[in-house]
This record gives sequence, C-alpha cells and structure tokens, in this order.
Amino acid sequence: MPVRDWNVPTTDHRPTDVASIRNFCIIAHIDHGKSTLADRMLQLTGVVDARQMRAQYLDKMDIERERGITIKAQNVRLPWTADDGRDYVLHMIDTPGHVDFTYEVSRSLAACEGTLLLVDAAQGIEAQTLANLYLALENDLHIIPVLNKIDLPAAQPDKYAEEIAKIIGCAPEDVLRISAKTGEGVPAVLNTIVRDVPAPTGSVDTPARAMIFDSVYDSYRGVITYVRVFDGQLSTKDRGLMMSTQNAHEILEVGVVSPEMTPTETLSAGEVGYVIPGVKNVRQARVGDTLTTVRNGATTSLGGYRDPRPMVFSGLYPLDGSEYPALREALDKLRLNDAALVYEPETSAALGFGFRVGFLGLLHLEIVRERLEREHGLALISTAPNVVYRVVLESREELVVTNPSDWPTGGKISEIHEPVCKAMVLLPSDYVGTVMELCQARRGILQGMDYLSEDRVELRYVLPMGEIIFDFFDQLKSRTKGYASLDYEMAGEQVADLVKVDILLQGEPVDAFSAIVHRDKAYAYGTGMATKLRELIPRQQFEVPIQAAIGARIIARENIRAIRKDVLAKCYGGDITRKRKLLEKQKEGKKRMKMVGRVEVPQEAFIAALSTGQETAGK
Amino acid sequence: MPQTGQVASALPVGDPAPASGRLPASALEGLGQRPFGIYLHVPFCASRCGYCDFNTYVGSELGGGSLQAGYVDTAIREVRLARAVLGEAAPPVDTVFVGGGTPTLLPPADLVRLLAAVAGEFGLAAGAEVTTEANPDSVDERALAALRAGGFTRVSFGMQSAVPSVLRVLDRTHTPGRPQQAAKEAFAAGFEQVSLDLIYGAPGESDEDWRTSLREALAAGPTHVSAYALIVEEGTRLGRQVRRGVLPAPEDDVLADRYLIAEQLLSGLGWYEVSNWGEPCRHNLGYWRGGNWWGVGPGAHSHVGGVRWWNVRHPQAYTDRLAAGVSPGAGREELSVEDRRLERVLLELRLREGVPLSVLHPAGTAAAARHVGGGLLEPQEHARGRAVLTLRGRLLADAVVRDLTD
Repeated sequence: MPVRDWNVPTTDHRPTDVASIRNFCIIAHIDHGKSTLADRMLQLTGVVDARQMRAQYLDKMDIERERGITIKAQNVRLPWTADDGRDYVLHMIDTPGHVDFTYEVSRSLAACEGTLLLVDAAQGIEAQTLANLYLALENDLHIIPVLNKIDLPAAQPDKYAEEIAKIIGCAPEDVLRISAKTGEGVPAVLNTIVRDVPAPTGSVDTPARAMIFDSVYDSYRGVITYVRVFDGQLSTKDRGLMMSTQNAHEILEVGVVSPEMTPTETLSAGEVGYVIPGVKNVRQARVGDTLTTVRNGATTSLGGYRDPRPMVFSGLYPLDGSEYPALREALDKLRLNDAALVYEPETSAALGFGFRVGFLGLLHLEIVRERLEREHGLALISTAPNVVYRVVLESREELVVTNPSDWPTGGKISEIHEPVCKAMVLLPSDYVGTVMELCQARRGILQGMDYLSEDRVELRYVLPMGEIIFDFFDQLKSRTKGYASLDYEMAGEQVADLVKVDILLQGEPVDAFSAIVHRDKAYAYGTGMATKLRELIPRQQFEVPIQAAIGARIIARENIRAIRKDVLAKCYGGDITRKRKLLEKQKEGKKRMKMVGRVEVPQEAFIAALSTGQETAGK
Repeated sequence: MPQTGQVASALPVGDPAPASGRLPASALEGLGQRPFGIYLHVPFCASRCGYCDFNTYVGSELGGGSLQAGYVDTAIREVRLARAVLGEAAPPVDTVFVGGGTPTLLPPADLVRLLAAVAGEFGLAAGAEVTTEANPDSVDERALAALRAGGFTRVSFGMQSAVPSVLRVLDRTHTPGRPQQAAKEAFAAGFEQVSLDLIYGAPGESDEDWRTSLREALAAGPTHVSAYALIVEEGTRLGRQVRRGVLPAPEDDVLADRYLIAEQLLSGLGWYEVSNWGEPCRHNLGYWRGGNWWGVGPGAHSHVGGVRWWNVRHPQAYTDRLAAGVSPGAGREELSVEDRRLERVLLELRLREGVPLSVLHPAGTAAAARHVGGGLLEPQEHARGRAVLTLRGRLLADAVVRDLTD
C-alpha cells in the first residue's frame, strides 16, 4: 500500500521548477555499495525513516537481493535542502549493474544529467563500472567520483583516488570519500550533486516527450513505466502515444516514487516519475521508447530506441515431460515483465518438448532459469547456450541459426558469420600472462593494454561471443583468483571456420549434445564429450558406441561395454518385502531415464554433460 | 554363520503388527492349499564374519549366554503362538528350515527339541523336508547322527571356499577339507540330502581358485550346491575395508565370469534357481513360489495368504515380547493384487520353470518378446507361454524383471 509522505510536495499542481531539479544515477560494481548509499540517501532526505528502512530498499526482487545485484532499474525522488539553503528535488535513478543489461543502463544514463561513479576504496574500479563510465561520458553526463567504504581497514583511498583521477581526468582531491555504511560524507555527495550536476533543460509548453527507461508488469496495476520527461507535460487528461510503435493508449495514472508510488496531477519537463499507460504487457511500453501525447504530440522521438535483441539461445526442457504446459505458462508470465525474453516451442528427440529461449546474455539466462525454478517450482534441463550464427550458402541463401539443430547439412555452406564483441578485462598486472593466454585460446585479438595504476591493467580484446559464453568468465575468475573483472559489448560479426559437432549414441545423433565450435576445437569437444558420456551413461544390455561426428565424418569414438551382470545373487531370505521395494525403487529410477533410441540415459547424465560440456569446447 | 542369509539385518517399513499376532480371516482362507513351511532362526554365531550383515550376534554382543541358553524355549513359545494364530486351519508342515546365525552352535538336543515342538503343534507332513544349516566346524559324526535321529533329513554346510587365502579373507575359521569331510559324515549318518554353500568373488580370489572350490565341493558328492556372489554390504568390516581401499570391491565382469564357471562345473547337478543347483530345496522353493511359511525368531519374516510380517530384530526384545505373551511381530504389510503380481515375476523368474506370460501386463509382454530377441529369455519356453531366463538372462535377471513388470 503506498503511503503518502506529506513532506514531499508531490501533489503540487504547478510543475516543479526545472532549475531546482537534479537527475542523477549511480554507476557502481556489484558489492561496491550502491544500494547502501541509496538507502542512506533515502534516510538522510527523510523519504524513508529509520523504522521503515529495510536494507537495500530499492532492490525489490528477491533474486536481486540475494545476489546483491540490481537487475531492474528503480528510481526515487528525494527532496533536499542544499548547503546553499535552497530546496531541490533530486531524482535518483538506480541502474542495473551487469553487462547483459547495457542497453537498459544506457537508457537510465540518458535520463540523467550527471552520475556518481561509486568505487570501493578497497578494490578499485572494475571492468563493468569502467564500461558504464565510458557510456556515461559518451552521454555527456557530469561525473562525480566517489570512493566508498573508507571505513574498511583494507581501504586504499589514496591509491584508488589516483586511479580514478587518471581515468576521468580530474584531480585526486576531487574524488569524494565516504562510508555509505556509517553515513560519513553522504551529505557532501548530495550537495555536490546540487552544485555540479546541471539542471535539466526543457519547457512545459512544448509537445510532451518522455523517455521510458524502465517498464515493469505488476499483477495488480498492469504495466508501469518509469520515465524521464524531457519536454512538455503528461497527465491523465491526455491520451498517450508510443512513438516507436505508434500505439495509442490511455494514461491511467502519473506520479512520482518517494519511495512508494504516489500519484500526481502531472509530470513535467525535467521530472522523473512513473506513468501507468493502460497497456497489456511490457512489449507495448518498451524501454527506450519515447512517450508523447496523441493530441499536440511531438513529431520526432528522443532517439536511441532499440529493439531488444537476444544474443544467447538455449533450450529449456522440463525434467518431467508432463510439466511442459507449466513451463509454457511460466514463460508467458515472465514475458509480461521482460521485453527481451523470446521463446518458441522446440522438440528434442532426447529431451522431449521444451522451448528455444533467447536471452540478452548469460546472466539473463541464469536469472530467467532461476526464476522459473524458484517462482514457478519447475525442474529444468537447459542445453549448452549458443549464439546466433549467420550462415551463407553457396546458393547465396542466408540462414540465421539460433539452434545447432538448424545448422545446414551437406557441403553447401559458403560462409559462416559469428558475432564478436569488444571485451574489456581489468586485472592485477600479475595475471596478464595467464589472461592473455586464455583470450588467445579463445581466438581473441588483442586491441590494447593500459596500466590504470602500477599494478592494475586494462586489457582490450575482440573475442567471438560464442567463446565468451563457453565458461569464459569462470575461467577468467579461476585464473586470476577472482580478481579480474570483465565487460563486453557486441561489435558486429566476423567470418569464422565453424563446424557442427554431433554426438551419436549407437549411431543416433543426440540433438541436445550437438555444438557449433571452431574447426580447430571440434576434436577436443568431440573426445571430451564422448569420454564424459562414457562415464555418465550406465552400461546397457548391449554395447553402446559413442561417436562424435562432423557431418558424416567420425572424429572421436568411445565404447560403453555391455553390462554382463545385473542380478542380486544374494538371497534376502524371506524378506520379499525388501526385494519388492528394491524393485520398485529401481523401476522409479528407470522411469526417470530418457530413452535415446534403445539407450537408457539418466537425466543426471544430461545435466552433468551439459553443464560441464562447456569446458571441453574452450580448452 | 549364515549361508543363504535367511534373515537380513535391517527390517522393512510397514504397518504395525497387532500384539496378538492375529491375521485377517482372508489370509487364513487358502492355508491348506499351498505348501506350508516353518523357518526357525538361530541368531547366534561364535564370531562374526567380515562380509556378513545378517541378523546374528556373538556372545559378547548379548552380554552373557542366558539368551542363547534359553533361546529354544523362547522360540517354542512363538511356535505355539503360530499354532494359536493359524488355528484349526493350520496344515501339517511340509518343510522346516533351521537357519542362522549358526544353528549348530546350539546342542543337537536343543535343535531336536525345537523340531519336536513344531511336529507336536502342527504335525509333519509325510515326506517333510527338514533342513538345518550347519557350520562344518561345529558338527561331528555324533551330532549329525543325533540330528538325523531327531528327524532332520537335510543339512546345508557353509563351505564358502576350498582355498585357504579366500577363507581367510572371508574370516572363515574352518580348515580346508573339513566341509567335504562333514558332508561325507552327514551321508554316513543317513541324511538324504546334503548341500554345500559357496561364495565367489572374494577379494584376491582367482578364476582358478573358484574352479578349485567348485571341484572340491563336487568331489564330496552333494545333492545340492548354492553359489552366491560376494556382496559388499555397508556397515560390515569388509564394507569398511573396501571403502578405505584396503581391499578391492568385486567387479561385476569378474563376478559374471565366475558365474559362468559355476554353471559350467555345476551343470551336472542342474540349475533350478539363479544361485542354486541340484535337488531343489523345497523350503526355499516355497519362498519363490509364493508359499506360506511362518518365520520363528528375531528378525524372521513370514508370509501367510498375502500378508507379510517380520519380527523385532534384537534377541532381547524378541525374548521380552514372548515372555510377556505379546507377538514379536514388528511390522506387516498386506499385499495388493499388483504387489503380488510384481512379486510373482520377481521371484518366479529366478526359477528354472520361469513365470507364465499370462501374469504380465501388455508392456511386460512386449518386453518379454524383446528379450527373446535379445537372447535373455528362452525362445521355446516363450512359445509355450513362459518367460524363462537363458544363461545370459540369469546374469541380467534384475534388468529383465524390471522390464517384465512394466
């Protein structure tokens, strides 16, 4: 239930004076204290009192709270009397902190005039932070550098102040030093925002233009969009228009968040708030779109809108085939709230009925999977993720392949294009050798290397996206004892010599195990997978050959010898009950087997082979 | 010294058994129509063997010998309870089997008194089979003569192996050659049937060792041989040694080879159950054919007319219950029609006569045809409407059972 807070002038009929508005966001790495700082600001400005305070107020989803990361941006309006004695309205826009959500970050940044660059004084800047910082600089945002956690014994504020100064080109003493935990230095941050972040420009008299920087589905209220108004004003008297889709709709409610949703009469130029547009799902109110009014509407959009484009695909299958309808229902539900989620039914000979699902990236995949399992109680098998390939046939026909099963067979392929990305790795200089080795093994091309400080290095590579989704991040972490951080952005595509490796059980291809890999790594993938399956699949009543093949050519072979003994020679005497219960248990186990041709494959084998199957391809 | 493992160490989970031991009327209905057996468990051993997980105790575990000394009287109380529960419907007993433990740890006179109590309460059917298990070390000619004179017709010796190193791994105390000698003494004492039990697959045993054991056993001229694969059970000394890597676990392929060697050498006796060759033990056939029997003793299992039950495991608890006039039953289950069908396939498929195809569901019937094709079931028998394991099928019997019960 939203609670009105009478300290905040939210029902003011007059538009807020743009000169008193400051819109800012916080760029920070996971765990660097963004949520704690946001909490402190809520308290300090009186928006939330200590009693209401719950840690990390702004992160609403459980998964976010657990992982300490923000997936969906939130925003909040903070009244602040600055050290100049005047009253200001600060809009804080929280940004997602992961590489998969770069586009959402970019829209959040576009809604602001300034940003805090929040860095852990014990750890220094991380790759994702740096990437988002570059994004902010491109958007001409004013940067306020802040070192957090100065109360930690391990803090090295001088060292990291210098690092930050070097990166953004300021003086080390310009870097604010705070402890979000104790509150030390936080008022200074707010005052600096007032002093240094430019007030928005824009007039209430021009046609309305508001940018949607977040769009969520609420089961009680429908779609709620979070917007930054650039021009004019929006109110419930208007009919709204989404400029990218030309979709007209009611405006059911406008308001601000402080920190609960509080309706207002209008939202006007410079302000940040929410609009409930009376549409059915988030696809009709997309992040990045420009919202205007039907009457006296704007003719040009704010620009920067992009359709969400899935980069990574994976097959999701219910462990229990009868849960397929439940999986469909759960995906439909998630889709209401996730404009980037795409899926279509697919059938796997090995895994049965499931869905081919497209994601923004690996984290997105993981989050969706986890939500399906946790919120919808589903047990799932997911196939090894793959990227999108563009295959040009000799006939000049082009195929877009999102599933190894759709890989064209026969020798008619003329060119294969794979997506590549620009990757940035920040790491301690001691690990440069091993990380370069890893990048090289993953077909990376070095673009540059910079020392951020004496012992911290920024490496820039162009890497095939397909290599990054094959456990690159895990490898990076393990090679650098967790000290390296990674960021990447899509950077077009390149021609590559890729092949599809099939895995055959008793001569039958098992679609779930097929992978598209570079020709040089096909053998390693094939032998790795065949060996693993030999260990994972129990012996059957007949010999089972496992083969890896490129087309008709066998590149690796293993054998599961026929089982010769499957009988309990021991007699439990008259304890027939125990014998029968053992049989019933064995039959339960048999039921959980997936049949591949005549071969019984335990589900665990699929899970184990698919989860570790990534390693073989990368080595 | 259990050989065929009449009573396992852990009990199943079931419904509570009534204090009176009373059975539902439906269970008693067909009592006279099937063979009726009595199993008598003797839960004592002189020492515990490293591989054994059966419900048996050495003297030190029971804190003195009073339980053992009074055991026959205690067991006789349960025999009387059995008679009371089964009532007038109780038929004469077709088979009696005394197992353990080491029955011959008790004086022959005790075992004879126990048998006499059974005969007194129920009567023995004409030609009844009366077996006792025996440790080759704990019987001599006099004891065997006393048992024979007391009504025992069949004796089953725990020979296990003829190879000293194998006997050592199994913790068997008898000297090589003694079981064969005991078998001869048994025949001399007038026993009609003598069985030798063997175990194969002990760590360190070679194929040749196993052949030696089989040849030595056959040389004694037994009417029956059991050959069991060594199973490494959790919670036994052997189990711990295998887990720690002190001893290697028996490998399935090796066990399969040993089984084939057994079949080769024992074919003269003829197999009648997966692990048994020779003149069938009618008592054990009762287990496999769904017969009725009452199991007397701690942890003993019984089956009468579709009701299975089992006694409390510990000899002290068992003794206390009977002393208080309460049934020693710990739990029971009433079998559903589907349970009984499953059990028929599970048990009868192990027999040379196999199981009629008519008890199978359609999926099981289809599986049977498949297994004929795969060489696990006999084609001629299949054509006659029965599922009978081939030699290879015997080694994969559990897999065939799983498929046939679909």
